[in-house]
Amino acid sequence: MSEILVLVEQLDGEVKKVTLELLTLARGLGTPAAVWAGPGLTDGAKAKLAEYGAEKIYVASSADVVDHVVAPKAELLAQLVADKSPAAVLVAATAEGKEVAGRLAVKTDSGVITDAVGLGEGFVADQSIFGGGVNVRSRVRKGTPIVAVRPNSTAPEPAAGAGAEEEVSLTLSEAAKAARVVERVKQEKGARPELTEAAIVVSGGRGVGSAENFSVIEGLADALGAAVGASRAATDAGWYPHQFQVGQTGKTVSPQLYIAAGISGAIQHRAGMQTAKTIVAINKDPEAPIFELADYGVVGDLHQVVPQLTEEVTKRK
Amino acid sequence: MNIVVCVKQVPDTATERKLRSDDKTLDRDAVDGVVNELDEYAVEEALKLKEAHGGEVTVLSMGPGKATETIRKALAMGADKAVHLSDDALHGSDALSTSYAMAQALKKIGFDLVILGSESTDARTGVLAAMLAERLGTPQLTLANKVDVDGSSIAIQRLTDYGFDRVEATLPAVVSVVEKINEPRYPSFKGIMAAKKKPVETLGIADADIAADQVGLDAAWSEVVDFAAAPPRAAGTIVKDEGDGGAKAAEFLASKKFI
Repeated sequence: MSEILVLVEQLDGEVKKVTLELLTLARGLGTPAAVWAGPGLTDGAKAKLAEYGAEKIYVASSADVVDHVVAPKAELLAQLVADKSPAAVLVAATAEGKEVAGRLAVKTDSGVITDAVGLGEGFVADQSIFGGGVNVRSRVRKGTPIVAVRPNSTAPEPAAGAGAEEEVSLTLSEAAKAARVVERVKQEKGARPELTEAAIVVSGGRGVGSAENFSVIEGLADALGAAVGASRAATDAGWYPHQFQVGQTGKTVSPQLYIAAGISGAIQHRAGMQTAKTIVAINKDPEAPIFELADYGVVGDLHQVVPQLTEEVTKRK
Repeated sequence: MNIVVCVKQVPDTATERKLRSDDKTLDRDAVDGVVNELDEYAVEEALKLKEAHGGEVTVLSMGPGKATETIRKALAMGADKAVHLSDDALHGSDALSTSYAMAQALKKIGFDLVILGSESTDARTGVLAAMLAERLGTPQLTLANKVDVDGSSIAIQRLTDYGFDRVEATLPAVVSVVEKINEPRYPSFKGIMAAKKKPVETLGIADADIAADQVGLDAAWSEVVDFAAAPPRAAGTIVKDEGDGGAKAAEFLASKKFI
């Protein structure tokens, strides 16, 4: 079977869950080969990639690969596409993953599909568009299919692969080194999972009422091991940082469980969370459109309902 | 500084958006067009840079005739002139074709800085800025929530999952901006009146040296196989909080094995 390249997403040497999902998807369609861009491949990371089916791990360990914006990763993948003729290239549909996919598509004269929520035979991808209103199946018809797959599109399942490491000798072009990363600023994120990767997301909106009151949302999130999100109304009001905004102009999430507290469910918000598997809504207004999406809804004051829910969750742990 | 800001007309997200049954492209006639929201931040950033460093702001928009409304809005905000890339041959272009056509137009216009929103609210691919940087061979300074220009040097803060990166490069460059980088101004009455007199040059594909076989639906590198309206979600259970709403929600979560 042909190789399928999977660009590894990692932070500080830790492989992200979405990469394990992509390896799982790739196993059903070919032979997964992980691509590690940059230094810092640890034995632990190697073992993790092998555990989820990577037969090979291609490594370009030069710091130059990560010290310049996006272009080196695209050059690395383009070289592997030329050398290894893979059946497809999979990347995570993160903001940066999609940028890598875009540049790679130009370099290899290949089609690209972004934000796939499923991938089947012939690399036909499922997409959910227009804020979740329309389901589309798309495919690449020229070159090597490049598909950016959303986190939480499939459940990661281990199935051991050989995990054979192979160093890639890569000479970056000057153009690829034009945008230099001079400093990385890591913001304190605490113990919570990353918003787009999280299996459970708890979001607060206008109904939360103030920045201080977001501690109610955070309390429930921490009890569930969830990430915290916010509606645009809440981030516009300055109650919660903008990078946690879920919606049309913010992050798109596709978790197993999405809890919306004090969020009315305008299209702006729905576009970012409609593909969640299970949706729970808590809102004072029985007419709020969020209840049309909810698998379970509580009409009531979130300041009463959420703390009680948090207490119950903690009790049952 | 010669700044080109790319704007796109997109369907109003408050309206129901559809794909056409004949060629499976977005039905742009059926809905009201508005300026892509993130592009308004791009226009504002371009105007601020011009105010600080001098120069000229040119609006570039690719789209059907209707897109002139969007161009006028950017001019009313304060841009100096516009180029409207419009040709029936461009209909149905995918991201690869669009980036090629836009890059050809940008080469023709000339630029020190290209600024655009980080994604559109219709296709939401988020790839165009990266593709333009690739095609133009210029530094990619994307997902910026802060832009500083000093002579021929440019620095941005690039949003990342863990916080942000400080990135530096030399002009010319391609910049994409995220929401909240600034507060886009509203066009003043004077601005709206002035916009009517500002020059808008319309380019067809031949004018911008765009090869016909590289654009449009037939050239697309990817295709829609089929599509359908998403099935409505099954009606859920809605309960009224009688002092036990949290406990009831917990029972639901337990029944689904989340706790």
